[in-house]
Amino acid sequence: MSFPRNGFLTRWSAVDALFIVFAVLTVLPAFLMVVARNPVNGAIFMIISFVGMAALLVLLEAFFLAILQVLVYAGAIMVLFLFIIMLLDMDEVEKLRPKTVTALASVVGLALIVLGVVYLLRADGLSDQTFAALQDAPDFPSAEQPMEFAIKTKAYGFGLFTKYMLPFQMVGVLLLIAMIGVIVLSKKRDQSVAVEST
Amino acid sequence: MVLSLNSFLLVSGLLFGIGFFGVLLRRNALVIFMSLELMLNASILALVAFSRYNGIMDGNLFVFFIITVAAAEIAVGLAIIVALFRKRQSVMVEHLSSLKN
Repeated sequence: MSFPRNGFLTRWSAVDALFIVFAVLTVLPAFLMVVARNPVNGAIFMIISFVGMAALLVLLEAFFLAILQVLVYAGAIMVLFLFIIMLLDMDEVEKLRPKTVTALASVVGLALIVLGVVYLLRADGLSDQTFAALQDAPDFPSAEQPMEFAIKTKAYGFGLFTKYMLPFQMVGVLLLIAMIGVIVLSKKRDQSVAVEST
Repeated sequence: MVLSLNSFLLVSGLLFGIGFFGVLLRRNALVIFMSLELMLNASILALVAFSRYNGIMDGNLFVFFIITVAAAEIAVGLAIIVALFRKRQSVMVEHLSSLKN
């Protein structure tokens, strides 16, 4: 079951309207987050943007990832952000006038992004050759059959514990490293420094 | 047909661009970190879209690793920001540009 890959705006359906709504719900709060003066407002906009992203993942039939997005990103990570923002309690006003080098780099980056989007939106921006190359890519650990797209969570577990076993374990080690690093960073120094700072 | 791979990639590119300019143009370290999260989210959307339209599962599995790395990065980064704030009483990057003192 695959979608036909036609151009833009040839035929509309209800799913297309939903896609437009979710895309606006994702992109607009992201933009508002970048221009918001108050970081707390920015974090709230960011949560809205993550929920819109989860809706887009539902449209792509990745239901498990959508739930994971809401739980981990909108739940855990943004709560951590809000906690830190409110803990630090910055009363310093931010100058929004960037330096010259930064402005130049931004203009160059904007040009590159516009070029990329123009290339993408041409009639054959992504040709069928690209897709054929992707389809014929060898399955590196040489499984008997490449993993087909599936909706059930079982498929995620199967892939994660067969083809991607080593990255999976490395990610576990990475989480351990991050935990130890945070403990070391937030540990109190020896007694003299602590007395000096209070 | 609006619901095509190109539209998902367009949304992903827009998100990535917004996050990119957030990293470049903002001075507040916390907002810079949130923009980094935005860029990671854009890559997640692109991966899932490619995975869906190619009928293959690998992109969806990469999303797991992206989310894990993002969580670890945010934990460590926020700890560093808090330590710097205790030292300098500021989170603006122009005040954090030197490691001295």
